[in-house]
Amino acid sequence: MKEKWDLVIKPSKGLLNFNFKELWRYRDLLTMFVKRDVVTLYKQTVLGPIWFFIQPIMTMVVYVVVFGNIAEIPTDGIPQPLFYLSGIIIWNYFSECFIQTSDTFAQNQNIFGKVYFPRLIMPMSKVASGLIKFFIQFFLFLGVFIYYMTQGVCFSFSLSLLLIPYLIMLMAGLGLGFGLIFTSMTTKYRDLKFLVQFGVQLLMYATPIIYPMSMLEGRLKDVIYLNPLAHVVESFKYVFLGQGDLSFYGLLYASIFTAVIVFMGMLIFNKTERNFVDTI
Amino acid sequence: MSDIVLKVDNLSKQYRLGEIGTGTISHDLNRWFAKIRGKEDPYSIIGQVNDRTKKAESDFVWALKDINFEVKRGEILGIIGKNGAGKSTLLKLISRITAPTTGSIKAKGRTASLLEVGTGMHPEMTARENVYLNGAIMGMTKKEITRKFDEIISFAGCDMYVDTPVKRFSSGMRVRLGFAVAAFLEPEILIVDEVLAVGDAEFQKKAIGKMKDVTNDGGRTVLFVSHNMESVKSLCNRGMVLKNGMVQFLGGVEESVQNYIEHYVEENRSRKWPRKEAPGNHSAALLSANLQKDGDPAPNAIIETGDGVVFNFVFDYKESREVQLDVTFHLFDEMNTLVFVGSTGKTGDGGVLGKGVLEAVCKIPKNLLNEGNYRIGRLLLVQNRGTVLYEYKDVLSFDVVRRNMGLGWQGQKLGVVYPKLDWEFKSISNYND
Repeated sequence: MKEKWDLVIKPSKGLLNFNFKELWRYRDLLTMFVKRDVVTLYKQTVLGPIWFFIQPIMTMVVYVVVFGNIAEIPTDGIPQPLFYLSGIIIWNYFSECFIQTSDTFAQNQNIFGKVYFPRLIMPMSKVASGLIKFFIQFFLFLGVFIYYMTQGVCFSFSLSLLLIPYLIMLMAGLGLGFGLIFTSMTTKYRDLKFLVQFGVQLLMYATPIIYPMSMLEGRLKDVIYLNPLAHVVESFKYVFLGQGDLSFYGLLYASIFTAVIVFMGMLIFNKTERNFVDTI
Repeated sequence: MSDIVLKVDNLSKQYRLGEIGTGTISHDLNRWFAKIRGKEDPYSIIGQVNDRTKKAESDFVWALKDINFEVKRGEILGIIGKNGAGKSTLLKLISRITAPTTGSIKAKGRTASLLEVGTGMHPEMTARENVYLNGAIMGMTKKEITRKFDEIISFAGCDMYVDTPVKRFSSGMRVRLGFAVAAFLEPEILIVDEVLAVGDAEFQKKAIGKMKDVTNDGGRTVLFVSHNMESVKSLCNRGMVLKNGMVQFLGGVEESVQNYIEHYVEENRSRKWPRKEAPGNHSAALLSANLQKDGDPAPNAIIETGDGVVFNFVFDYKESREVQLDVTFHLFDEMNTLVFVGSTGKTGDGGVLGKGVLEAVCKIPKNLLNEGNYRIGRLLLVQNRGTVLYEYKDVLSFDVVRRNMGLGWQGQKLGVVYPKLDWEFKSISNYND
C-alpha cells in the first residue's frame, strides 16, 4: 500500500524542483517582510521617509557639479538634473535589489537556522520593498519632470511609456538574479562579499548613468552594450526624455540575459538553501 | 489507514569537523569531478561515530546515524540525551532547517517547529506588528492570525502593551509573546526544543498545560526535546534516548527516562588497568581511578546536588629512591571551567614514599557541587612539590543531577558551585541608627 505523505524530506531534491505552490502559501509572509522593511527603516529618525528623497537629490546635486560642470560630460541636451535623476533612481533600484538580496543568507542566518519557510520569500521581499522605495523616488522624478515642462522644455511622449513596467521588471530581475547567485556563493566563500560592495560601484560606471550612450563610439560602445543594464537605462531615458537608445534587439538581449540570470540564480539558491546552515 | 503521521527512515547527518574554508575549493572540485564521472561523493563515505570522548580520526563526523522511528497521531514523543547526542540536529532535520545526508523523513499534515521563541521579532515594531510577523514566519496566514489575535495577546498577558515597541518589553515578556503566538499555531505536528527553560515558573506551567491541551483535544502530535526529566515525564507519553547520534532506547516515557539516567551516570566513573598495560612512564603509572557517591558505593547511584563524592586514585611508583609525592587533580565542569584544584600538596597530606603502589582517597564534601557534568581533566603525580612525574588527562567524569525540590527555579543552572552557606537570620526589634 502506498501511503500519501504531505511532506517528504530527502537528502537532495531535483535541480529543477521549485515549489511554487508553497511559495504562494507563504504570500502573507512576503507582505509582512515588506512591511517590516519599510516601517522599521526610518524608525526613530526625525525626517523619516523624507530620507527617501534626500538621498537621490543630494546624489543628483553632486553629479551636476562634478560630472556636469567640472567634467562637462554632455547630457544630450537634456537638463542636467533630469538626466542624472532618471539614471539615479533606476540605478538605485537595481543596486538595492542586488545588494539586499546578495546578503540574504548571511543576514538571516539566525531566522533561517530556527524556522523553515521558503527561503526565496526573503529575497523576493527585498525586491518588493525596493519597489516601494523606487516609486517614492519616481514621484520625485516626476515632480522635477513636471517642473521642467512648465518651464517650457518640450518632451514628446509616445506609446513607449507603456514599456516602463517592463523596464522596472528587468531591473528587478537582474538585481534579484545576480543577488541570488552571490548570496549562495557567499555562504561558502565570504570573499565575494567584498566584491559585491565595490562591484556595484564599478558597474555603475559601465552603465550610462552619468554619460549618454551617444557620447561613445566604436569598440567602447560595443563593450558597454554587453552590459544588459545599459540597454535598460538607455530605454528608460528614451521613454521619458526622448533622448537615448531604444532598440528592439537591445531590449531583447537584456530580456534574455535577465531570464537566464534569474533562472540560474533560482537554481543555485534552491540548491544552497538546503544546507547553507552547515557551511555559513 | 494507518495512524502514523511521522516516519523517519535511516536518517543520517554528517558534519565536517574543523574549520570550513581551507581546502574547500579543492574539495568542491573533487566532488564535482567524481560526480561527472558518475562516482560517489568521495567525502561522504568516511566519517566516524559522534563520540566526543574520543579524538577525531577523520575530518567528518556523523551527528546522526541511521535513525529510524515512527510517531503516531496524538503522541507526545520526548527526545532526551546528553549534550551533543544529536537531539538538536534531529529537530533541525525534521524542521527542514538543514537537509539530511542520507535517509528520509515523511510527514502528514502541517509541521511547525519551535526551536526558538519569537523568531524574527523586530525590536522596533509593536507587539501587534510582531504577532503578525512572527505568526507569518511560523506559517500562519494573515486571516488566521487576525482570528486568534485577541486570544494570543491575552495568553501572553500583554493586553496593555499591544502598541508598544517590543524593545521596551522585558525579556520575559518577549518570550511570553513569542510562545503565545506559537501556542496558537495549529499544526498537525509540533516540534518543540527546550524553549520552556526560559520564562518564570508560572508561565512554564501555563505553557506545558497549553501544550497538553493542544494534543488532547486536537489529536495533534508533539516532538519535545528537553533536559528536564520532570517536564518530559509529565508531558510526554513516549520517549526516545539518543546517544552519540544513535537511538539508544525507544519506548514508554518512564522507561526512557530510567534508561537515560542509568546511562547518564555510569559513564567513566571507574577505570582500571592491569599493571602491565597501565598508562604511565618509567617513573610512574596509573593503575586505577574511580569515584562513588559518598555513602552509596553502588556503581550507578545517582549523584544529586547536595551529595558528596569520593575519589580513589591508585598509582604505581617505580623509582626506588624515596621522594615527596603528591597527587593533584583538576576538576572541570561541562563548560570547561576549572572548578577547583584538589591536591595533597596543599593540605600536606602527601608523603615521602619509595617504590610501590600508593593510593590516594579524596572526598568532596556534601553541599558543594552544582548540577551538571564534572570531569577530572588532569590527574597528576607530583614529585617534591614541583616536578610532574606523570599526568593523565580526562580520567573520570560524572554527572550531578538536580535534586527535585518541588517548584521554584526550574531554569538553567545558576553558578558553578552550589555551596551550603551558614546564614544567620533574625528580626531586630530594637533597631536604631
